[in-house]
Amino acid sequence: MRSKLIKILTASAAGIALTAGVAAAQEVKIGILLGYTGPIETLTPAMAESAELALKEVNDSGQFLNGEKLVGVRADSTCIDSAAATAAAERLINTDSVVAIMGADCSGVTTAVANNVAIPNGVVMISPSATSPALTDIQDNGLFFRTAPSDARQGQVLTDILIGKDIKTVAITYTNNDYGKGLSDSFSAAYQAAGGKITINAPHEDGKGDYSAEVGALAAAGGDLLVVFGYADQGGVGIIRSAVDTGAFSRFALGDGMFAESLIAAIGAPLNGTIGSVPWSEGEGADAFVAASTAAGVNPDGSFRRESYDAAALIAMAMQKAGTTDRAAIKDHVLDVANAPGEKILPGQLGKALELIKAGQDVDYVGATNVELIGPGEAAGTYREYEVKDGKYETIQFR
Amino acid sequence: MTDILNALVLFANFVLLPGIAYGAQLALGALGVTLIFGILRFSNVAHGDLMAFGAMITILVTWWLQSAGISIDPLPTALLALPVGIAGAVLISLLTDRAVYRFYRRRKAPGIVLVMASIGVMFMLNGIVRFVIGPNDQRFADGARFVVTVADFKEMTGLAEGLAIRLPVVITVVVALVVVVWLWWFLQRTRTGKAMRAFSDNEDLALLSGISPERVVALTWILAAALATIAGVLYGLDKSFRPFTYFQLLLPIFAAAIVGGIGQPFGAIAGGFVVAFSEVTVTYAYKRFLEYLGAQPEGLVQLLSVEYKFAVSFVILVIVLLVKPTGIFRGRVL
Repeated sequence: MRSKLIKILTASAAGIALTAGVAAAQEVKIGILLGYTGPIETLTPAMAESAELALKEVNDSGQFLNGEKLVGVRADSTCIDSAAATAAAERLINTDSVVAIMGADCSGVTTAVANNVAIPNGVVMISPSATSPALTDIQDNGLFFRTAPSDARQGQVLTDILIGKDIKTVAITYTNNDYGKGLSDSFSAAYQAAGGKITINAPHEDGKGDYSAEVGALAAAGGDLLVVFGYADQGGVGIIRSAVDTGAFSRFALGDGMFAESLIAAIGAPLNGTIGSVPWSEGEGADAFVAASTAAGVNPDGSFRRESYDAAALIAMAMQKAGTTDRAAIKDHVLDVANAPGEKILPGQLGKALELIKAGQDVDYVGATNVELIGPGEAAGTYREYEVKDGKYETIQFR
Repeated sequence: MTDILNALVLFANFVLLPGIAYGAQLALGALGVTLIFGILRFSNVAHGDLMAFGAMITILVTWWLQSAGISIDPLPTALLALPVGIAGAVLISLLTDRAVYRFYRRRKAPGIVLVMASIGVMFMLNGIVRFVIGPNDQRFADGARFVVTVADFKEMTGLAEGLAIRLPVVITVVVALVVVVWLWWFLQRTRTGKAMRAFSDNEDLALLSGISPERVVALTWILAAALATIAGVLYGLDKSFRPFTYFQLLLPIFAAAIVGGIGQPFGAIAGGFVVAFSEVTVTYAYKRFLEYLGAQPEGLVQLLSVEYKFAVSFVILVIVLLVKPTGIFRGRVL
């Protein structure tokens, strides 16, 4: 009898200890919805690592809420398959019970996930890389944000670059999806308004083996150079290879989706002289990001890694500001922490930011990309104008 | 005069050469389909993925050769690896024949059952290829890329338009020519070839005259697998290797086989070029070509936008089946 009582006592004591342990390291899940397979699969692993770096920094500081730990849950958006992305987001929200989503990546799937899953469920989404101008106008109930600038701005930036070089006639080809169409529309509007002439504006499909017919049509239309709004792993590289081989074009201007080391490796010397723009940033924030990510063993040099870090950091800080991990409370505080007034916060200072917020003070997150959310919550954005010289991307200036 | 030359060079660069290379690749693929149909009497839907499988083995061996520092510069290493790829494709074809098709053949199952079985084989090969090499683009071409570059050509001739002759295109044409001549010789002149043709014409008569059916079937698979691998590797060298592209090639290949007359080797070759040139000429924009000839066209003079390229094979297929179901060379009716 007595031994039984002792057993029960020890068992319940152990039980209490166990629950206490769980309470101390309560996990708060954040979805990291990116296209780990599909057209931008070479970009996404580093993007996810950058976002996880921000979460790790928050966890290591121990300042987050009441000591809860942030855990990133990866899910595959596929970049192109809206049905698959929607299913992945459903799983994140309903099964994994994430409080917010860092993602998605490509504009088409991001629109689908926002409209079908995130907004109906009241879950905040911060996309690091969806740049379609159409996302500015979705009915998001204040739930959708992005740390990447809208392509409406990139179209203007590319126009300025080309007109600045006195290039007045171009042919355009874009990947046949929301991103490509959006960027091509915004660029053609800006370019024509600036007095440029567009000889042809033709879509191309990704994932084909042969682009000689597409290039034939582009070559027939002619132009000083070929503007490619596509993906570096997909049709974009096929178009450029075919254009170089047939001598159709010798100079190219590229949108942000084409910025990748793999493009230089694939094309080689003929790519020299290519110009383009990619969302980038410089200054203290960018330097701090390079330092922080290099220290953590993540290569900081690449598209959308900064934006991913910032998106994850914003989610954490908005939760801290709300003082709760309640999904609904996050959305009202994203703009608060992202914009002035307040103490400026750089990458690597997330612990300090959390401490300040806890103490009731304002923060102004500068982050890796000089975060300044405008309009319905999207980045104003700075772009890096680059030129390929001797097989390397060289920065010309920031715009 | 120079204007006319410029027009011709432009046409050769964007229509003629790509059309010839693509046509040769389709012809080799269609030859395999037509052989299987002629002798085994079913449409092998798995042919596109057999091409991918053979090309995959070739690529893996190519990478191994490259890492071992073996090359036949300026020719691509893949040519050296090709026999191994063919052997791999032959092996898997004989295996699937033993495991799947023989069962239905013995039972004298109708053709449609074999077609359904080949769909199953297609998914299997599909899975194996993706599992081993992944669904992505693989580049394995090395060696020289050009015989004549655009810049060379312009310098040589002084014309405004350039012509690029890429090495893979030359290799494709040469290899296709050799294979086709050899196949013709084999089918027409050798005893085994004659036996195969006899088997295709009338199975019962062939059996009565002592031809071993299993031997003919095995030979057919060996030929089809070799043709598929050669077609797959040439396509990959010329363009790029991606499993899904090979699956998509099935439509133009079948269109080529049917246009030429299914079961007719020469029909497959003619059909390959008909389909390839239809796709290329219909989607080419003739604006600059016509400008050199003195016309001032308003638009691009493009009959069909490039997105509809695949529709061309469909349309050809439908027209042929409606107007002349036996195809150009009086093949069988599907």
